[in-house]
Amino acid sequence: MSTMVATNKRSFGSVLWDYLTTVDHKKIAILYLVAGGFFFIVGGLEAMAIRWQLVTPMNDFVSAGLYNELITMHGTKMIFLAAMPLIFAFMNAVVPLQIGARDVAFPFLNSLGFWLFLFGGIMLNVGWITGGAADAGWTAYAPLSTTSPGEGVDYYVLGLQISGAGTLIGGINFLVTIVNMRAPGMTYMRMPLFTWTAFVASALILFAFPALTVGLFLMMFDRLFGSGFFDPNMGGNSVIWQHLFWIFGHPEVYILALPAFGIFSEIIATFSRKRLFGYSAMVFATVLIGFLGFMVWAHHMFTVGMGPAANSIFAVATMAIAIPTGIKIFNWLFTLWGGNIQINTAMLWSLGFIPTFTLGGMTGVMVAAASADYQFHDSYFVVAHFHYVIVGGVVFALFAATHYWWPKMFGKILNETLGKITFWFFFIGFHMTFFIQHFLGLMGMPRRYWVYKEGQGLDLGNAISTAGAFLMAIGTIVLLYNVIITSVKGEKVGGDPWGARTLEWAIPSPPPFYNFKQLPLVRGLDPLWIEKTEGRDGMTPAEPIGDIHMPNNSFLPFIMSLGFFIAGFGFIYQKYDLAWLSLVFIGMGIALGSMLMRSVKDDLGYHIHKEDLVKEAKE
Amino acid sequence: MSEHDVLNPKEMPLNPEKATLEGKNKFIGFWFFLGGETVLFASLFGTYLALNGSTNGGSSSQELFGLELVFIMTMLLLTSSLTSVYAMYHMKNNDFKKMQIWLGITVALGLGFLGFEIYEFYHYIHHYEFTLRSSAFGSAFYTLVGFHGGHVVFGLSWIIALMIRNAKRGLNLYNAPKFYIASLYWHFIDVVWVFIFTVVYLMGVL
Amino acid sequence: MKDWMGKIRTLSLFSLMVLLLSACGRDNLTALVPKGYGAEESLRIIIITITVMIVVFIVVMAIFVFVLLKYRQKKGQENMVPKQTEGNKTLEIVWTVIPILLLIVIAIPTVATTYDLADESAKEDSLNINVTGEQFWWHFEYPGEEIQTSQDLYIPVGQKVYLNMMSTDVIHSFWVPSISGKMDVNPDNENTMYIEAYEEGVYWGQCAEFCGDSHSLMDFRIVVVSQEEYDQWVTDMQNVDPDAVPESTTAQEGKALFEQSCISCHAVGNTPSVGPNLSNFGDRTMIAGVLEHSEEELVEWILNPASKKPGNGMLDAPYLQDKSVSQEDAEKIADYLLQLKASEITPDSAK
Repeated sequence: MSTMVATNKRSFGSVLWDYLTTVDHKKIAILYLVAGGFFFIVGGLEAMAIRWQLVTPMNDFVSAGLYNELITMHGTKMIFLAAMPLIFAFMNAVVPLQIGARDVAFPFLNSLGFWLFLFGGIMLNVGWITGGAADAGWTAYAPLSTTSPGEGVDYYVLGLQISGAGTLIGGINFLVTIVNMRAPGMTYMRMPLFTWTAFVASALILFAFPALTVGLFLMMFDRLFGSGFFDPNMGGNSVIWQHLFWIFGHPEVYILALPAFGIFSEIIATFSRKRLFGYSAMVFATVLIGFLGFMVWAHHMFTVGMGPAANSIFAVATMAIAIPTGIKIFNWLFTLWGGNIQINTAMLWSLGFIPTFTLGGMTGVMVAAASADYQFHDSYFVVAHFHYVIVGGVVFALFAATHYWWPKMFGKILNETLGKITFWFFFIGFHMTFFIQHFLGLMGMPRRYWVYKEGQGLDLGNAISTAGAFLMAIGTIVLLYNVIITSVKGEKVGGDPWGARTLEWAIPSPPPFYNFKQLPLVRGLDPLWIEKTEGRDGMTPAEPIGDIHMPNNSFLPFIMSLGFFIAGFGFIYQKYDLAWLSLVFIGMGIALGSMLMRSVKDDLGYHIHKEDLVKEAKE
Repeated sequence: MSEHDVLNPKEMPLNPEKATLEGKNKFIGFWFFLGGETVLFASLFGTYLALNGSTNGGSSSQELFGLELVFIMTMLLLTSSLTSVYAMYHMKNNDFKKMQIWLGITVALGLGFLGFEIYEFYHYIHHYEFTLRSSAFGSAFYTLVGFHGGHVVFGLSWIIALMIRNAKRGLNLYNAPKFYIASLYWHFIDVVWVFIFTVVYLMGVL
Repeated sequence: MKDWMGKIRTLSLFSLMVLLLSACGRDNLTALVPKGYGAEESLRIIIITITVMIVVFIVVMAIFVFVLLKYRQKKGQENMVPKQTEGNKTLEIVWTVIPILLLIVIAIPTVATTYDLADESAKEDSLNINVTGEQFWWHFEYPGEEIQTSQDLYIPVGQKVYLNMMSTDVIHSFWVPSISGKMDVNPDNENTMYIEAYEEGVYWGQCAEFCGDSHSLMDFRIVVVSQEEYDQWVTDMQNVDPDAVPESTTAQEGKALFEQSCISCHAVGNTPSVGPNLSNFGDRTMIAGVLEHSEEELVEWILNPASKKPGNGMLDAPYLQDKSVSQEDAEKIADYLLQLKASEITPDSAK
């Protein structure tokens, strides 16, 4: 990575050690980006295998069992191990800079959050090696999941439990960072929209993930310790899992989508060279979407048999979310209106997002209508709908953010030509793959089908869909090539290559490890823009140059996560032989021991001295 | 001024737990964490309420629960919450010794609670053969009450570790937030127990 | 360049037309050509919502295209700074209130149909059928008529039929897109839905809740016949004689083998069974819901069920463990099964 080279030439070992122990939000952002990107590619390969299996009727490219593992792991991986960490990558890279902070509130926990996510993510995938990954769908509905043989679903449960803990920690960290660490003058209503959406998404993480934690615990007890929560033979009720899963699962959609909205808001404003239209309405809509996101989980369960009253209430509540979402779409359009629109790669993704996401929102209202959903539910219509929302919303945003913030993170601009090639391949491929699936669903193709039969009239649509998937794959490969070629050959850029508006562009690219030598004084929304229009070339400092307090690096987060990882294996394999419980004790011992160590050992950090800062400035 | 001097001022400020930025972060971060914990227990309560009648032919709550023991447990835990308030009162007055004493009493009461809870589980298992695997009700009961018990164990270990670690060096602005959030955690555990007492035991014997 | 773009446009327009024409899908499977009450009601809501949504989409796209054409950066204007507008109260009220009104237009019929489709007031006086979903087949019990059958569900045309559904293992979902939307088949509680078919015919049903390896092979059929034919079928099914002696000798031998190797799970006649009921096996549309109804396929199915339906319950059958059924035996069993024709009324009557 360019940052590593930028500082000074160091041995591979010291760079590795630096990344293993770092508590710097910018480096953690890179870790999230690399790990999330890796899982995104693996999940993409799984998707290609799925599409190839469905290219012709009654195909036997993969077996039924393997197919079920593929769809389960594709869904789980893309949501938890690709989309979430990639969102976290940009939250880490950008939010502290946008609010004018030197780091997050809890740098140590930030690192712990990452390592928990990574070890959890690895755990989820261990099943591939040990003879069978999870195969009960990413929703893991009981009793299918509780009765699934082998250890695949156990890895799902423990992997998600560990990585979920990491996410929860990350969420709390960002909440506190945004509440406590804003620069002087950065009031709530002056925060950039990406920070706002990160804030609301973090609140959603805080209140949604514990429901998943409980669901996973219950499933773990059912599978590994013989309890009967979801076992009808013991008086249990499998629908409880569905409630717990979706109480988490629906807010999860907004945990991903809101930061995506934030990303687009930044990019559209920057490249229209206009203030975001209706900023306060945008903030209001964000909060409202977050709030309503908790009221609608049962719209995933219209066919469960909850009765017409519950179905109607959840249908109407769900439709209500269309209103704040619509507000956002129109505000983006009117930010563009009257602007000086510069179309580069980041902007292409943002512009491609508007019609795509509008379609996803439209089908969202359609599936929200309970009595229509009796047809849509668990058919390819729903598959199309959520890919329009998650890919058309979130993945497009991640691609846009990659192009937009790459210079800030690595000091170089990604190649624009290659970027545009990626966009067009991916955009066209995406619509080819998923638009047709709306019709496949209505034509009677249920989701998670390993094969469809001859003579069902589904052949053409599926073939087109598979062809589109290949275009998306080509686009992604070009992006990878772009990243490599830019790292090798790209030219260095200054702090503000886009003529942007927010604080992260007021400091060099990549930023120094202490971010701001002097905390900036914020005088309004789009603080950098304000200073620039008033003829200054940077922020006015809010404090004289002084000592800067920095946190120490630590290896404990890695060790702690490793401990939970080891304990996970113990929990799983004790179902065959209680001797494996020793691994639980070893793992938990390592984890709790490191916690104790963290608690009793003072970690006061260190200071960068004023003299050094002044000297550095002169050089 | 060195870090040491900053953290060990001559006069303790009014709210030592919130006097430093780190302290403020811990304070508000922990409140957020408790928000998440609330959802966690709400989910467990929801599950319990859905399954508390699903005895699968085994022991029911009416057969199992008696209020005498649980009442004593409730009193122990409520009192321990009060004693931890005293401890925090003395922390704000910068009286380390009294704070340690009251924390010690809190721990003792907590241990008493834990002892009764272990006895209670032992009793159900051996006299009624009522376990996690008996029925969905058994699963839900042990999971809900057990999660709370686990929190008690963690809270006690935490407070004890803090007391031992800081026994010699006394109170400063670095450890004051730690004591404070540990006591917050203890209050939270207490509040959850009040709900368990009501939902599980009071409603269970009716 | 322009010409090339034009060609692409024509081509994509053409392919879109082709798609639209074939977009309705296969008759008796697709939800877009409803042949029953539930499907018709759902489609009505689908059409209302999609109409409203297309209006919204057109408005959004019109603004979008206009903005892009009008305000795209022009050469030499790279540094032009447009007017910084904060917002516009009137506009914001407009795009808040109009969507609310549109949603009310959608919400009212949605709620009305949701209640309508859950209506159980006619349950007592209608035909009730108990549906059981199992990995990976369907069982149908007619409690009033005392009939047991599997895989092919016979119902009279134009009648409300109440289905009381429950699963014995994991969650399934009963979906016959042309006739009605789906309803989950849960292991913990009974769900009830009603269906009413408008036309005689054989309709394609599928499991719509992910249920394991052969989830995609858990097909069934609904055979909709006239009331008279249905009555006839009921009488015939009630009179099925499990001890009837088949005509051919191979079938007679097959019957003996069947009673030795298969009867512990399967049943002929109206007794409950662990595996599918085979009383009218000879009349079935398909074998195991997905295989062509031929002797060849049946023999293959008996001998190697794993290759046809991964993970299905027959894999545990003792005859497979101890390999006690040979190719010849399987052919005899197939002979026996294929001559189990319980009634004059078959799926062919429904056309």
